Amino acid sequence: MGTLLFFLLGLLCVGSVLGMILSRNQAHNALLLVLSFASLGGLFGLLDAPFIAAVQIIIYAGAIMVLFIFVIMMVNLKEGIRPERKVWTIRLSAGLAVFLLIELGLAVKGTLASIRGEAGPAIGSPTELGRLLFTDYLYPFEITSILIIAALVGAIVLVKKKKDER
Amino acid sequence: MIPVSYFFGLSLLLFALGIIAFFIKRDLITMFMAVEVMLNAANLAFISLAKASGSLSGQVIVFFIITVAAAEAAIGLAIILLVFRQKKTIKVEEFRLMKG
Repeated sequence: MGTLLFFLLGLLCVGSVLGMILSRNQAHNALLLVLSFASLGGLFGLLDAPFIAAVQIIIYAGAIMVLFIFVIMMVNLKEGIRPERKVWTIRLSAGLAVFLLIELGLAVKGTLASIRGEAGPAIGSPTELGRLLFTDYLYPFEITSILIIAALVGAIVLVKKKKDER
Repeated sequence: MIPVSYFFGLSLLLFALGIIAFFIKRDLITMFMAVEVMLNAANLAFISLAKASGSLSGQVIVFFIITVAAAEAAIGLAIILLVFRQKKTIKVEEFRLMKG
């Protein structure tokens, strides 16, 4: 059952990212990305992380993608951008991706070999996660709040039109 | 029980797809979406490591990554809007400010 669910969600996730690569319409891209993030949330649930799964769906598939859709709406391209692709760009990107895939695969292989055997049950319930967040990770948590404030103010200041521009 | 290596494989595949999408796509917004895909691949790797090692720290780090990604999305999209206002386009070919 779990394996079936994994393959279903994984296929959905990879398929929607592939669709994003092939599609030319930005709104379709955003919707496909929502599908991909939602299925990733399901995968997080399979990995004993129910709280992170909920956060993934609420923040990623919800808030961040709404932001993307707002910007797509403001930019308002009539038709998608023609892909004037040069062949060498595709070859270069595919080569880079394969190279990084091999490199990361080797790194993961080493990690998995060193970690095997000491697995224990660790279900990320909100209680446990919150306790960890406010004890061991208190300083990163506070710094993140400062970062959020800075990003908020920065985004407003960047996009705000000056008075004489109107 | 699903082996953790499956999740790692999926995360690697997603990361590679994100890189390909980033280089193939021609508009800023979709390139930015590709960056989000790569961030999510990293999240998946963190959570599967948390599962494999039986510690919750990986999940806390994913929590931080999601928060920072939200901040990054806000700033990045603001910059894209600024660029669009100046150049009236979001095609990357049109941006040659640094090319002499």
